[in-house]
Amino acid sequence: MNRLRRRRAALQLALGLAGLGLAVIALGLGDYPLTPAQVLAALTGQETGFAHTVVVDWRAPRVAVALVFGAALAVSGALFQSLTRNPLGSPDVIGLSTGSYTGALVAVAWLGSGRLATGGGALIGGLVTAGLVYALARRDGAQGFRLIVVGIGVTAMLHAFNLFLLMRLREEVAMTAAIWGAGSIGLIGWDQAGPAIVALALIAPLVVACAPGLRQLELGDDAAGGHGLKVEPTRLAILALGAGLTAIVTASAGPIAFISLAAPQIAQRLTRSAATPLLASALLGGLGLLAADLVAQFALPVAAPTGAVTVVLGGAYLVDLMIREARRLR
Amino acid sequence: MRPAERLRAEAVTLAYGRRVVAENLTAVVPDGGFTVIVGPNACGKSTLLRALARLLPPRAGQVVLDGRSIASQPTKAVARQIGLLPQSSIAPPGIAVEDLVARGRYPHQSLLRRSLERDRTAVARAMAATGVSDLAEQVVDELSGGQRQRVWIAMALAQDTEIILLDEPTTFLDIAHQVEVLELLARLNRQGKTVVAVLHDLNQAARYASHLIVMADGQQVACGPPAAILTEDLISRVFGLPCLVMPDPVTGAPLVIPRSAERLGPIA
Repeated sequence: MNRLRRRRAALQLALGLAGLGLAVIALGLGDYPLTPAQVLAALTGQETGFAHTVVVDWRAPRVAVALVFGAALAVSGALFQSLTRNPLGSPDVIGLSTGSYTGALVAVAWLGSGRLATGGGALIGGLVTAGLVYALARRDGAQGFRLIVVGIGVTAMLHAFNLFLLMRLREEVAMTAAIWGAGSIGLIGWDQAGPAIVALALIAPLVVACAPGLRQLELGDDAAGGHGLKVEPTRLAILALGAGLTAIVTASAGPIAFISLAAPQIAQRLTRSAATPLLASALLGGLGLLAADLVAQFALPVAAPTGAVTVVLGGAYLVDLMIREARRLR
Repeated sequence: MRPAERLRAEAVTLAYGRRVVAENLTAVVPDGGFTVIVGPNACGKSTLLRALARLLPPRAGQVVLDGRSIASQPTKAVARQIGLLPQSSIAPPGIAVEDLVARGRYPHQSLLRRSLERDRTAVARAMAATGVSDLAEQVVDELSGGQRQRVWIAMALAQDTEIILLDEPTTFLDIAHQVEVLELLARLNRQGKTVVAVLHDLNQAARYASHLIVMADGQQVACGPPAAILTEDLISRVFGLPCLVMPDPVTGAPLVIPRSAERLGPIA
């Protein structure tokens, strides 16, 4: 094992432990504060009274959702960034979240409100947008840069369409839609978290199965093809998995920006790894979304939607990324 | 009777989109030889190599490996027989040499079946053959051009194939590193590998090739041992370059010396 791999293993362990530690703290925070010891007792079933209800029934869904959704978004971002070979090639930048929002708005406008309509609309909207971007960017195989530029264009159009829809909706429907559109994991109970987590868990092994192909594509299409990879089908499969991850998360929680953009890049910088550390990205994404959600709940004078916090943190990250890239290119 | 050569292109038409690069092209790769493909820019050398590597499916005709069309064989099975060093590959930022070389093992791996021991041996052997064992833990981005090219060749070697195709392996290298790479390929060839390379330098081609394929306008205009086919007439026809061909004082292979017709006039 060489030193880079040792470093990566140590970092993954540290990130995993940090995520678990923060989860225990998060389960204790709130109007009914609990110590980490009490939280652990409630989780292991030693404590069965009110503390158990608070921890397992009330707070655990939100914490689990933060960890799992954060990981899913980060992996989705890692897949897209690796394929496009560009730190900006993440699903939120190329329009998948905006497309999910469009799907949700269309569903609310014509099929009636309710979580099922929003969720279903968002899922379909995200996947259709992914297909649209791929189809428009495809010419002799989808190339990274073209995918990003097409994606940004599609995002702008969908964004305009979203505003148009919001203006036309009845006021109270528009309000509900806008709250969903801000992205929040606070409103999710086990009944909604469960199916989404199961769906993401089903995708996870497929991502693992695609990982060797992803590593090959990093070498360039010719080298990958020379090693016997079916280049274009593999790329399509990876895009579909990445789009699926983001669409499922967005369908249940609304658009949560910047986790997919930032987590893979930070993970890569921390591990100094050769492109797209999937596991480290997932761990960092879970940790990041949980931290952002805690900030949204407790650190602000008024509780804010999680999505608002990730946008602010992510915006700062994006500025930093731009400055770095500009320096590098000069 | 000698068995048919393992790898050949039979009457292939090769095209990128609507641009047809070669039509009805037939070329044979002699087993155990060092084949070099030469020709003017845009004559289809690299295209032929990509077709032989199964990267570019022929519009018509077929590339045949071991008697069967290469397109009908599983991609990974082909990749266990034919290795490829493309003209440009991308080293993932920050990757260590041994990790990059190990990616050449892909055709030997599957999700369920993977021999770590054989992978390790093949990677170690490939790095030893190319003289990059000492660089194993170094980051590829930080290597010199010559070292990096040897690492890429090591990746192709780790693929552990009998046939290895290389697209302009000496481009961007200084002359000492060019010779180093060619000597390495010649050694691999002596050890039994069938080597096919696209080269620009006619003299290097003549010096190292056992079999030369000269192409022009998507057609093979001559093939055979360099000493037999590389004539002043052929070169002036293919490259439009008047020149003198004489035996290389070091190896005896044909040495191509361009004449500048207006300024010097005939030398002989």
